[in-house]
Amino acid sequence: MDSETKFVIKGGRVVDPANGIDEITDVYIEDGMIARIGGKKNYQDRTLIDAAGKLVFPGLVDIHVHLREPGREDAETIESGSLAAVRGGVTSVCCMPNTHPPIDNAPMVRFIYDRGSEAYCRVYPIAAISKGLEGKELSEMFDLAIAGAVGFSDDGRPVTSSQLLRNALLYSKMIDLPIMLHEEDLDLSAGRHMHEGHASGLAGMQAVPAVAEAGMIARDIMLASFLDAKVHICHVSAKESVGIIRDAKEKGVKVTAEAAVHHLILTDEDVVKSGFDSNYKMNPPLRAKDDVEVLRAALVDGTIDAIVTDHAPHPPEDKDCEFAVAPFGVVGLETSASLIYDKLVRTGIIDITRMVELMSTMPARLMDISAGTLSQGANADIMIFDPERKWTVDSSKFAGKSRNTPFEGWELTGKPVWTMVDGQIFFDELS
Amino acid sequence: MKEHLLGLDGWSGEEILEVLDHARTFRKVLDRDVKKLPTLKGITVANLFFENSTRTRMSFELAEKRLSADIINFSASTSSLKKGESLRDTVDNIWSMKVDMVVIRHVAVGSSHFIARRCKAVVINAGDGSHEHPTQALLDLYTIRERFESFEGLKVCLVGDALHSRVIRSNVLGLKALGAKITLCAPLTLLPFGVEQWGIDVTCDIEEAIAGANVVNVMRLQLERQTAGYIPSLREYSTYWGIHKGLIDLMDKDHIIMHPGPMNRGVEITQEVADSADSVILPQVTNGVAVRMAVLYLLSPRIGETQ
Ligand SMILES: [Zn+2]
Repeated sequence: MDSETKFVIKGGRVVDPANGIDEITDVYIEDGMIARIGGKKNYQDRTLIDAAGKLVFPGLVDIHVHLREPGREDAETIESGSLAAVRGGVTSVCCMPNTHPPIDNAPMVRFIYDRGSEAYCRVYPIAAISKGLEGKELSEMFDLAIAGAVGFSDDGRPVTSSQLLRNALLYSKMIDLPIMLHEEDLDLSAGRHMHEGHASGLAGMQAVPAVAEAGMIARDIMLASFLDAKVHICHVSAKESVGIIRDAKEKGVKVTAEAAVHHLILTDEDVVKSGFDSNYKMNPPLRAKDDVEVLRAALVDGTIDAIVTDHAPHPPEDKDCEFAVAPFGVVGLETSASLIYDKLVRTGIIDITRMVELMSTMPARLMDISAGTLSQGANADIMIFDPERKWTVDSSKFAGKSRNTPFEGWELTGKPVWTMVDGQIFFDELS
Repeated sequence: MKEHLLGLDGWSGEEILEVLDHARTFRKVLDRDVKKLPTLKGITVANLFFENSTRTRMSFELAEKRLSADIINFSASTSSLKKGESLRDTVDNIWSMKVDMVVIRHVAVGSSHFIARRCKAVVINAGDGSHEHPTQALLDLYTIRERFESFEGLKVCLVGDALHSRVIRSNVLGLKALGAKITLCAPLTLLPFGVEQWGIDVTCDIEEAIAGANVVNVMRLQLERQTAGYIPSLREYSTYWGIHKGLIDLMDKDHIIMHPGPMNRGVEITQEVADSADSVILPQVTNGVAVRMAVLYLLSPRIGETQ
């Protein structure tokens, strides 16, 4: 063994909720694995990484990203998206199947792994619930699972048919992979572009009410409860949805939920303030201020299990147009950790441990992937975060292919500065 | 003066009155034999109409011609949003032709904001979706001011589809800035979310809304609201929200009747009311030209240079 495979991350504040660790110590890495944390100081023949004054986390795990490959390689590729990920401290991503063609068969799953093997971070495919994402027939879930799919989702659109969802929940119980639901009542949302609230009323914008999300969540939680099945609710955005999920959890329904970074920080007022900039258009839409407050409280009380980006790259050809015409979605991999740290940790809404739980430990557990921990023998997927580093979001410097961020020009405090995946350093801005 | 007229959102009472004062000067010009002024000589104005709107387009064109501006017109009668007919490319092209001012009517909320971000021309919003139609509101305000000395405490009743009406939104902003007392009346299905926070009176009862009003401004009912399920039938709308003589009798003695046009006679307003002596619907049209002249004059880049 030589110093290229042996590292010591020295003197950082190591935060690993999976092992209840929050202390200033050293992390020893050998052969792409965590060898130990702390213990006898032995810096010989090891590459030293000085993390004094920095935070050392298990690499972040983002279970809701769109990598656009195959089909829209102009917006993002698995390679470019994975580079964006490691620059954001993210070492594992789960990519949604709404590609062209969609990930709805075993060869497609293998294609993602094939591409992912050359990527900068770990890439896990989520497969479609229904063939062609059409909401009509179940995809071949056993085949997909054996090929390595880590979950099922028709994300981008809801499973409108209650009967199909019933069958999906039952059938997938045999496989025990999460069913991840994009919740939207298309009857209430079709042709609508922002949250229906005070801001949309003043703006005269065709708007989608919160009940379009919450109503579907209520249906799906009742189905899960009836079938004693598990459901995972994607990008929860409305306060009504939080209430329904919280109640269900208290009653013992097997429901988990995620929230997207932008829904925790921006509001529908920002849409208007931006002059209807399409970089503020996503689905579900940015909600009202009180929704954001409820969503933040749900991070604290455990109603929300994971923070995701819903990284949704779009090239300017598609996004640079009037609000109503623009596609939904914003990029997020390169800003998520900084935004959560600056806006939620520094403000005291959550602490650092909870941040790591929500962005690494819990999402890894939800998807049952080998990540989210610095346990001995775990993959050496690690990120170092500089809590003092001040920087300005500049999309022209993004490693990802697309620039559609609503956070352009934001001055943030705290930044991922070093990322290791499988014992290899893929991002280093430490010095 | 503001840089663009994207909407009346953010405009103060004083700023609005400045426009109305200038409009008064231009209004006098319109009664002269020679109606043309050299004010905008050398200024190029592009009228971009992505929605059919003969009236507003004619009114702007006439205002521009009266001020001696050079004019280019673009109209694409796409009534729905679709990809392909790219606002972006149209604007880039128009901007490359070195225009100074852009007047835009487009179905997308924020389309005028989009142009203002994309090029350096002065942008005048001639209607963006259901958002704002500021020159219509300004001409409505001008017309009210012709008859009433002050807006302070003036009772203005706005009737109609507030959910989809840019005219109502701009009118509410302008009237509020000037201190009028506003009552909005529409069926619940045609009221926007959060309207109770607009700081105006809202009611579904037309008799209650119109009683004692000095001004009633009646909005056009888009006939497709019936098929979209917002109202059961035009007949029922007309019965419960249509403005007829009996309702006018409930108004303050000193009153005027307005409509931004084009009217559906017999639906939202009866012929008898529309053509009555208290109707200022045709003066609104004349005033529209004067108000748009004032807006063009005040926002024109040449003015900025000499200041
Ligand atoms: Zn989704």
